[in-house]
Order: sequence, then C-alpha cells, then structure tokens
Amino acid sequence: MTVEQIREFLEEVKDPEIPVLSLNDLGVITGIELNPDGFVTVRMTPTFAGCPAMDYMRAEVEQSLRKHGIEAFEVVMSFDEPWNSNNLSEKGRQALKDFGLAPPQPYQGILDLEILEYATCPNCQSENTEMRTPFGPTLCRSMHYCNDCRQMFEQFKPL
Amino acid sequence: MQDLAIKDLLYKLADDQLILGHRNSEWTGMGPMLEEDIAFSSMAQDKLGHSLAFYTLLHELGEGEPDTVAFMRNADQFHNCQLTELPIGEYDFSLIRHFLFDNAESLRFESLSQSSHEGIARIATKLKGEVKYHVLHGNTMVKQLGSATEESITRMQEALDYALPFALGIFEPSKYEQELIDAGIYVGEAAIQKEWENRISAVLAKTSLKLPDFSTITPVYGGRYGQHTEHLQPLLDEMAEVFKLDPTAEW
Repeated sequence: MTVEQIREFLEEVKDPEIPVLSLNDLGVITGIELNPDGFVTVRMTPTFAGCPAMDYMRAEVEQSLRKHGIEAFEVVMSFDEPWNSNNLSEKGRQALKDFGLAPPQPYQGILDLEILEYATCPNCQSENTEMRTPFGPTLCRSMHYCNDCRQMFEQFKPL
Repeated sequence: MQDLAIKDLLYKLADDQLILGHRNSEWTGMGPMLEEDIAFSSMAQDKLGHSLAFYTLLHELGEGEPDTVAFMRNADQFHNCQLTELPIGEYDFSLIRHFLFDNAESLRFESLSQSSHEGIARIATKLKGEVKYHVLHGNTMVKQLGSATEESITRMQEALDYALPFALGIFEPSKYEQELIDAGIYVGEAAIQKEWENRISAVLAKTSLKLPDFSTITPVYGGRYGQHTEHLQPLLDEMAEVFKLDPTAEW
C-alpha cells in the first residue's frame, strides 16, 4: 500500500452537495501519511467553517478506508492548512462547469471585492455578469445573473 | 495570567458569534424577500461554525466541551456584547446591526490573523475570508436602502441611531487589554474601533444617512463582563431547550 493508492481510493468520495466533485479535486484532503507500521493518517480541512457536510465527508472517508482494508487510521480535521478556493484542481473546475456551477476565479494575494463579484456564466461563457447575492443554496455558493443569456446561475465562491 | 487573558478574548469572540448567529437564524422562513431570508440563514450557519472553532480552541485550553459551554451557561456567564443579543426587531434593525457588527468582526479577524498566539491566528486566517461575504452583503444592502425611498431612509436612520450606542459596546475594553497588546496577541479594542469608525463612515457617506459624531455617543458597556439585557436569558433558554432535554444524548 502506498500514499498514492490511498489517494486513489479516496477519489470515490464526492462532495455530497456536488456529486461530480471528488474531495481530492475539491482540495479538502490536505495530507495523507502512511507509517511504517501501516497506520494511516488522513488530514482534512473544511471549505467553510460552518459547512454542515464536513462530518458527512469525514464519515465517507472513514468508510472508504475501511472498504479498502485499512483498519488502523485516523482522520484529522483542522485549520492547519486552511482551505482556499485556489486549492480546487483543474479537473475539479471542469467538473463544476459541467455541473452548471461557475468555478471560483483563481486569484493571487488578497481576495478583494472584485474577485468576489466576478463570475463567468457557466451556460454561455459570458463575462457580462453581476452578483445578485453573496449567499446561495449552500454556504459555498453565491448567486449571479448573466446579462447575455439572462439566466441566474450559481458560483462556487472564491475564498 | 496570560491564560486568563486569552480565554477572556476567546469567550467574547465565540459568544458574539453564537448569539448573533442565533438571532440571524430567527430570520429563517421570515425574511422580507427570499434572498435576504437565505442571506441571514447563511450568515447564521457561518457564525455557528465560527463560534464552534473558538469553543473548540477553548476546549483545547482546558474549558468544557463546546456543546456544554454553548448550551449550559446562564446569561451572566456570557461575554457577548449586548448588541448581538437584542431581538431581531424589524428587518431595518437586523440589517444595521449586521452591518455594524460584521465590519468590526472583519477587522478583528484580519488583525487576529497576525496574532502571536498560533491557535488564534490559524482560526482568524480561516474566518477572515468568510466574513468578507458578510461585510459585502451588509455594505451593499445599507448603501441601497440608505439612499432609496423616504421610508427606507427614515427607517434605516432610526435603526442606526438606536444601534450605535450598542455597537460601540463591541469595543468595551477587557481587563486584560494591555496584557494582550504587550504580548502581541491582540491589537486591542481601541485600535479596532478607530479603524471601524473609518470603515463604516466611508460606507454611510455614500448614503443619505447621517452619522453622528462618535464622541457624542455614550457606549453601552457591560456585556463583556456578564451584564446583559433582559433579552439574553430567554434566547439562551430557547436555544438550549432541546439540548437540555437530554444533555447526554448522541446526535
């Protein structure tokens, strides 16, 4: 067993709210360690501190490890390496688009208001959009309106 | 001694989040329009998550379990500022409170992300990005309703005048103020208040609302020392009603 294999097993664990997005691609699995005695430590960090799905994701990770015959493990949830939206993988961004959700705009340095309000329409790719409200159906989504295709759409929030 | 100072700081941060989070949740299903219902419900959820992060750190420092600390204390053991415990009132008051409080909270987290205390800095670094969305929401709505119709401006002005003395109570100095500043743990309330005054002044200047000279307002203090309005205990009773039926239940 290797760390790479464990990461591969965990590919089956998806975000319960966005079933096309694996936790690996979401970037919430911040580390996997394998001790010489076989003990596995999986480190996770929440997207948003109040996200009610985190306990569920943690339980799914534990279940996946057991399913693959790993008995000695711990899953540690911490803010040691806090999540930010730049942690989303390219594959994850594409999966969000295919799902109809605008991926968060990658950013450097400080997250400023322009980045929060910017979104590309996932339906017609227009950048002529405006934020309607920073809060949506889950903590990690904001609501936007496309002035070109005249549709409301959701964005995975930059953080 | 520093241990007490750190716990005092953490309790006021955590209790503010828990109590205002509960108040925000009272808008769930009651908001004046769907977007605002969702906004206050989302902010409630965020704030409960933020309080949990601080209660968890307190637990690591030897305090009780987060659920016990949140649900089993009485009003006089809470360190939240009185602003957070006031009833939600009309939407204008809830909006103004959220605007005044979250601008302060955002500054607090930005500052605490540089704290010499690693645990606090770690949490603040995580939370400061989330609170930006609360500030964005509060500022946007205040700018809109503060310069819309005569009724909206009058209502917002009345809510602002009522809330400001309580808002200054956010910055009630603790008895450990200097100790925390000297240790580089926290820049202190006076520094945060000054910056907060600048920030809210800049937003309100874009509206028809009038901001009185801060020096003419008498702050409502007491919350940080366990002195509360008659509104806090009923809130706590309601919040803990289910938990207290069976505190040992597995959820």
